[in-house]
Amino acid sequence: MAVLAAMMAFSASAKTIIVVNGDDAQERLQEALILAEPGDIVEISEGRFRLTDGLSLDVDGVTVKGQGSQKTILDFSSQAGAGEGFLVSSDDVVLREFAVENSKGDGIKSKGADRIVYHKLRVEWTGGPLSTNGAYGIYPVESQDVLIDSVLVRGASDAGIYVGQSRNIIVRGSTAVENVAGIEIENSYDADVYDNVTTKNTGGILVFDLPNLLQKGGRNVRIFANIVINNMTQNFAPKGNIVASVPTGTGIMVMANRNVQIFDNVIGDNGTANIMVVGYRNDFDDAGYNPIPSMVAIWENQHLRAGWAPDFPGGAEIMNALGGNLPPIFWDGAGGDTHAPLIADKVAALNLGLTDIKASPLSASPSPLAAHGALPDALPQIILPESMEAAVR
Amino acid sequence: MRLLLPALLILGAATILPAQDKASVSEAAIMQADMPKTLSEFGFFDGGAGRPLPVLIAYSLRTPLFSDYAEKQRFIYLPPGKTVQVEEGSGRIIFPVGTAIIKSFGYDDGGGTLRILETRLLLRRTDGWTALPYVWREDGRDADLKLGGKRINVRFTPPGRTQQQISYAVPNKNQCKQCHSSNNAIEPVGPLLGNMEFADSRGKERLLRGSGYRGDKIMSFARWDDPASANVATRAASYLFVNCAHCHRPSGSASNSGLFFDEGHYPPANSGIGKRPVAAGRGSGGHEFVIAPGHPERSILIYRMNSLDPGVAMPELGRATVHMEGLSLLEQWIKDMPD
Repeated sequence: MAVLAAMMAFSASAKTIIVVNGDDAQERLQEALILAEPGDIVEISEGRFRLTDGLSLDVDGVTVKGQGSQKTILDFSSQAGAGEGFLVSSDDVVLREFAVENSKGDGIKSKGADRIVYHKLRVEWTGGPLSTNGAYGIYPVESQDVLIDSVLVRGASDAGIYVGQSRNIIVRGSTAVENVAGIEIENSYDADVYDNVTTKNTGGILVFDLPNLLQKGGRNVRIFANIVINNMTQNFAPKGNIVASVPTGTGIMVMANRNVQIFDNVIGDNGTANIMVVGYRNDFDDAGYNPIPSMVAIWENQHLRAGWAPDFPGGAEIMNALGGNLPPIFWDGAGGDTHAPLIADKVAALNLGLTDIKASPLSASPSPLAAHGALPDALPQIILPESMEAAVR
Repeated sequence: MRLLLPALLILGAATILPAQDKASVSEAAIMQADMPKTLSEFGFFDGGAGRPLPVLIAYSLRTPLFSDYAEKQRFIYLPPGKTVQVEEGSGRIIFPVGTAIIKSFGYDDGGGTLRILETRLLLRRTDGWTALPYVWREDGRDADLKLGGKRINVRFTPPGRTQQQISYAVPNKNQCKQCHSSNNAIEPVGPLLGNMEFADSRGKERLLRGSGYRGDKIMSFARWDDPASANVATRAASYLFVNCAHCHRPSGSASNSGLFFDEGHYPPANSGIGKRPVAAGRGSGGHEFVIAPGHPERSILIYRMNSLDPGVAMPELGRATVHMEGLSLLEQWIKDMPD
């Protein structure tokens, strides 16, 4: 109720601040973002805004709106400072209908920004997949209630759409092309990822959990009705980052999460695997961290070709032993049988048998992974506050 | 040089003019809920950055934040009759409503005269702290509010090196908060008693008057650049605390990184040792760990401190040059760690 009351209060005195292109666009746009008051719309005119520094918004309840993601372009090619193109640190913000191009670091980051809406945006590194591109395209972190709807991200050297350390999340109707990871949900709770297209990435959709972060124990993620096709772009992530270890040709990959449900997707033309469930196999020093995935359920996905070019240590040998192809689904075996993914897809699946989380991938002893009769109860649908859904209607 | 001449002339003229007796700080400007367009409305300076009112308490820091080799002048204005408190342990100073913390940034003009470019204010109003950036006019008489920040071309000569030209960044209002942020509220960073020094001892007396602080509980910070003050590890800790911990702590802007340099106690990984990057992207420089003991050349921390690329450089703001002296201190520290 508090939120609703606040939204209504915003609208009483709301105004629209229009920012046009031209001299001093950087200062004028940044000033508009600072002077905006709750309920206001900062409307950015058509044009290519050549910016020299990152932009930021720290006022609750502001909408930043362009004239369309091909018409209002925030061009950060000459950016000289700040770690991202656009940074949001306030609540109840809507970002819509503009593009961010060629930021030096991340594209659009929102931190501690509850109830943020990203709608009809484009974040792109226009040179395509290059290791010199910024890490994340759209990057909400440490936020409660996140909606990412109808965005396009291309060229991120880490994840195109990355949601980290957040809870209650929807990513839908969006396209991720030529990123290392198309969509990544990391150290987060309660997410629905659906109706997206991820193609030509290194990995299409990742659900990861990492140690030594303030929020960990990632769980409760549904991935459904996505098209995850042809994610064969050679991994171009800078070494050291976790996604640098994602095999080229990965469809959907789950690492160290629990309660992940993967269903009704069309997944194929991914050379390593369509679906991969693995433990976190780096050393770590974090007593509160569980590196082993559990309760991952997989059903009614449509599988196209996969597993002809496994891009992980020992993968080629296993493939050859199996007659020239890996099955479309594999589990690394982390934690042993009680942690096995529950699979009802009508395709073959493989257990690499690396039960011990410290085992070398080269010691794999693959065996078929049987389909599982009983699936867990479906996770509840993610419901966002009505103000957020209203913003995209 | 073209830019510097008018400033010099004004400074010259200012010394001849008699100081105005009636100059005083405007408490209304500090307290009211708006953003004065000019710095002079506050009345902190008597006609120029070089003429702070005597009521301001000047201080410096044993280990300061590196800001592109800019020289800084720091002042505190305490409202009459109000007192500060000193937090036990941390030495953090808790300021009363009506306080202003004033920090000016400038460079030597090449002839031994400091030319102040900008002055940043932190104002303690009833609803919390407000940060405002002001940029001095070319004539040096007043400074204008620049909410959106500003870039200024600056020439200066770092110690022992040749002259450089950089695009100096005055932060915008939001960027002020990025560094001065604790749980998304603005707070001062510098005024920790253990790190503060007062050229005029009466300044310290005035600051602490009525606070009840007896001067016996706070450890002095190591001076990052004075080998006589502490060993390499202690000086490195001091440097990291001052230069990194305002963001890299659980309540700061870089909380999501899991890399913390504040006074908290964490597993070694959260202090960088053997810690893998989370969201560094190309900031990793191809390295696996934030700090690889014994190997500065393989440590992401060193790589990022040594970069000027905005997608890589740390700290993210106010870094158009590499702090070579700070870098070598941290390189030595990592090199000395057992492999």
